[in-house]
Amino acid sequence: MRRTLPLNKRGLNFETLMWLFTRLSALGMYAFILMGAIGALIMGARTQMNMADLMRWSFMPNTTHVQNTNVLDLSMWSNPFWKVSASLLYLLAMAHGVHGLVVVCDDYIAGVTGRKIVRFLSIVVMVVMGPIGLMVIWA
Amino acid sequence: MGLNRNVSLNTGLQYKGREPMLTFVLHRIGGLGIVVFVGTHILSSFIGGQLGHAGNVVYESWIFQIIIFFCATFHAINGLRITILDLWPPLIEHQREAIWIEFAVFIPLYLIAVYVIIHTALGG
Repeated sequence: MRRTLPLNKRGLNFETLMWLFTRLSALGMYAFILMGAIGALIMGARTQMNMADLMRWSFMPNTTHVQNTNVLDLSMWSNPFWKVSASLLYLLAMAHGVHGLVVVCDDYIAGVTGRKIVRFLSIVVMVVMGPIGLMVIWA
Repeated sequence: MGLNRNVSLNTGLQYKGREPMLTFVLHRIGGLGIVVFVGTHILSSFIGGQLGHAGNVVYESWIFQIIIFFCATFHAINGLRITILDLWPPLIEHQREAIWIEFAVFIPLYLIAVYVIIHTALGG
């Protein structure tokens, strides 16, 4: 049984695009995490760290996550490739998470004003937390 | 509009949404857990010093790891299920089976991780 509307009869508004973004960013984060894990194994993670450290690195490829392991050359783990990957993963995850918070709030705040406040606050959170996270990665 | 749900908490708790509802609730709890953890973790790394170090002691404790690993793993696996079913709508017919597969992946993975975390915490 198919009940799907054709594309031109569906409203393509911001919420729909964010619905799609949530799914696509989930796949994107899977790609980044897999890339981090595979990259770590290529760089010698198998003999230089334990499983927990490998996962910590995969979820966020930031040098401080492997500082206390037996990696031979820390500079390899902090090159621009990993910093850019970490930044992209961070921004993707932040947008995904902040939109998730807006969705959760919408379940409990039904008023128009309340929802506007939630959206305003979500932008404030992204503007403040974005640069802070990038500074942690690049500093 | 506005919140006007004439349903008592007791009635709400008796709602039998079964597996889809359970995954919905756990997905939400997991998502909020990740937001709280990642948010405070970034802030404590940014602040650094004594306060930041105190935060990192909490994150490295085994109890915290068991909780956050549940949040992250369940959110990731359930999110993958939602993504696959939503991007390939014909598959929605098999949503119950999809949830069973999800738990078949999640439960062993999580139990192994809990075992490893506790084993490491006991100095193994």
